[in-house]
Amino acid sequence: MEKLTKDDVHPKILEALLADTNISVEDALENEMILNMGPQHPATHGVLRLLLRLDGETLMGCVPELGYLHRGYEKLAENMSYYEFIPHTDRLDYLSPMSNNVAWALAVEKLAGIEAPPRAQYIRMIISELARIASHLVAIGSLAMDVGALTVFLWTLREREKILDVWDILCGARFTNSYTRIGGVANDAQPEALAKVKWFIDQYLPNLDECERLINTNRIFVERLDGIGVISADEAIDIGLTGPSLRGSGVEFDLRRAQPYLFYNEMDFKVVTYPDGDSLARYFVRADETRESIKIIRQALEKMPQGDTLLNQPKKVLPKKAEIYSKMEELIHDFMIVNFGINPEPGEIYHAVESSKGELGFYLVSKGDGKPWKCKIRSPSFVNLQAVPQLVKGHMISDVVAIVGSLDPVMGEADK
Amino acid sequence: MPLSKELIEQKLNEKFSGESFVFTEHRNELTVSLDKKNIAALCKYLKEEDQLAFKLCEDITAIDWAKRKNRFTVVYHIFSIKQNFRLTLKADVDESDCNIDSVSSVWKTANWHERETFDMYGIHFNNHPDLRRMYMPEEFEYHPLRKDFPLMGIPGSLSLPKNKN
Amino acid sequence: MGLEARLNGDSFFTTTVDALTEWARKNSVWPMPMGISCCAIEMMASGDPKYDIARFGSEVMRFTPRQCDLMIVAGTVTYKMSHVVRKIYDQMPDPKWVIAMGACTSSGGMYRSYPVVQGIDQFLPVDIYVAGCPPRPDNLLNALMQIQDKIGRTKARDFQDKPLPELTVIQNN
Ligand code: SF4
Repeated sequence: MEKLTKDDVHPKILEALLADTNISVEDALENEMILNMGPQHPATHGVLRLLLRLDGETLMGCVPELGYLHRGYEKLAENMSYYEFIPHTDRLDYLSPMSNNVAWALAVEKLAGIEAPPRAQYIRMIISELARIASHLVAIGSLAMDVGALTVFLWTLREREKILDVWDILCGARFTNSYTRIGGVANDAQPEALAKVKWFIDQYLPNLDECERLINTNRIFVERLDGIGVISADEAIDIGLTGPSLRGSGVEFDLRRAQPYLFYNEMDFKVVTYPDGDSLARYFVRADETRESIKIIRQALEKMPQGDTLLNQPKKVLPKKAEIYSKMEELIHDFMIVNFGINPEPGEIYHAVESSKGELGFYLVSKGDGKPWKCKIRSPSFVNLQAVPQLVKGHMISDVVAIVGSLDPVMGEADK
Repeated sequence: MPLSKELIEQKLNEKFSGESFVFTEHRNELTVSLDKKNIAALCKYLKEEDQLAFKLCEDITAIDWAKRKNRFTVVYHIFSIKQNFRLTLKADVDESDCNIDSVSSVWKTANWHERETFDMYGIHFNNHPDLRRMYMPEEFEYHPLRKDFPLMGIPGSLSLPKNKN
Repeated sequence: MGLEARLNGDSFFTTTVDALTEWARKNSVWPMPMGISCCAIEMMASGDPKYDIARFGSEVMRFTPRQCDLMIVAGTVTYKMSHVVRKIYDQMPDPKWVIAMGACTSSGGMYRSYPVVQGIDQFLPVDIYVAGCPPRPDNLLNALMQIQDKIGRTKARDFQDKPLPELTVIQNN
């Protein structure tokens, strides 16, 4: 690792790092060491930068530095219509683009006061859960890789590829999908896509078990996570953790259960919690959550009704492409929406969904015109990362990767 | 007893008699507008009162109204896991007196949210333990989410590395 | 089997230094995965069993720039990050190549906004631009093959006259 000069660390960051001591900077560099980790580091999951204060191998303090991937989403959102922002939501949490699309569509629908038809909602639910599995698979794999078990990473990626194949069939894109629309989804799920989903859920569980057999009994893996980065339930709520990281501390809080959206209230699933609050518990929550997701998908496939997948509401919802090309009225509506937007009535809403990382919320303020006046993204990774300094304190330097990996941050979302 | 608009209204008026709160509802979401000098005390009360227990602070942000008299509004989204209830708090901040009390002593998580709001809008949070920029480099002089900041930024305000060879 | 079978008898063959080095060089390109955002996931996917970048001799992703000769910049480069990218590029030994993966790195892509550098060629020499948002792994492999082509056309003397970069000594005070 590079040795740091004083110019590399901005004085204000240094100040924050040394805040709880009364030794001067000169002293600090003599007795203790300041180590720079990231923003280009394989275990920081992107471009997170951590400045660590070390006494020997023990961590005395840590200051995360964000913003290396700040792309100005909120400013961009203010300058484009609600429809145009859909592709941007893909790239927020790029490990589960589909569920971000759904979250955005739901938020805008709430703002505009419309609701998608049931079949579309079921499709959305299926894809959100598949996205959750895909994201958790990467989280599990990369956590295992961070602590030294490389094989699992390749195995989980193999499973994830299958989900990407589903999306390829479903909407033609394998990664950044932009599949949902305001008021529905882009196209109906074809039978082949649903068959592929069915095939996937049937073969997934044995494969997950196989991965688990590889690491759950692996002494190195377990001991590097067990008891590392413990956070109690109260502390976790106070620091704002949500999602699997919160449930790993034994808090049974899941927005799918607490404030059901889509058709989650009709689904039978368990909110997975583990009481320990350490990195291992967070890993277990993720693995078990994918099992629950499979359950949900199976029920949704059974219950899914036939019918339309796009709302017929010409002032708010873009008409279908084929109709735009063949009918005059649809063409006019298309023109109006594309040029002037959907103009939701003035007001403001906050809508949150349970994404794979935690609570993903959109706060939208409309002034009655085509563009949002204000769009705030409440991203779970951003908030979860805030817990890092308090989690790593007192641990060894090698535990940092395990802790960051167990929180599963995605920097695209954390930096916005 | 499940939380409702009436109950919160009654509780707040009881506790903070003499202060005016404006309650609004849009799409079933309850919003309370209040004076900015009350914010810290109110948040503390909302969190610690047993029946309310707004223990989870979800988000803090601000809105720039551009031409309005009170230019900014700071917005808090808080959630009560116990009661399964979400509440939005709003406090107006004027540009000439651009500060508001920090609530990071109430909810630890407010720390970064407030730093972000400071970075993006330049609103100063009093008594914040560590008010630095969240995303932009420290040398950056502007506050990007203000409405008078252009989308493409101000040329020359951010530097590129110099070409060595 | 292989080479030995063809070398019947004398066990030696003649070639030029150029041919040998370029053959070796192009079949063992070690990438420096400069994974910044979404494209990095597709870059990872190109290493997975389905796409298998190992077929091209490039599976050895090294996370230290000192051991790499190809930098794959995958993801949106912001102004804040650009200094880091450049610093890492400067640490790579010559000869080195750069792939700009994705629309963002090539041109800023969908982010016409204040923090994003509108194309990394403003501060880095780029050899191959890969289109797509994100490019499919196949597309990245295609870019890799083009880089191999390009390496195949180099001569040893192309790199002779380049002065070695000055290593800056960092003093601890
Ligand atoms: S090109 Fe697209 S996928 Fe790649 S980093 Fe940019 S936004 Fe993400």
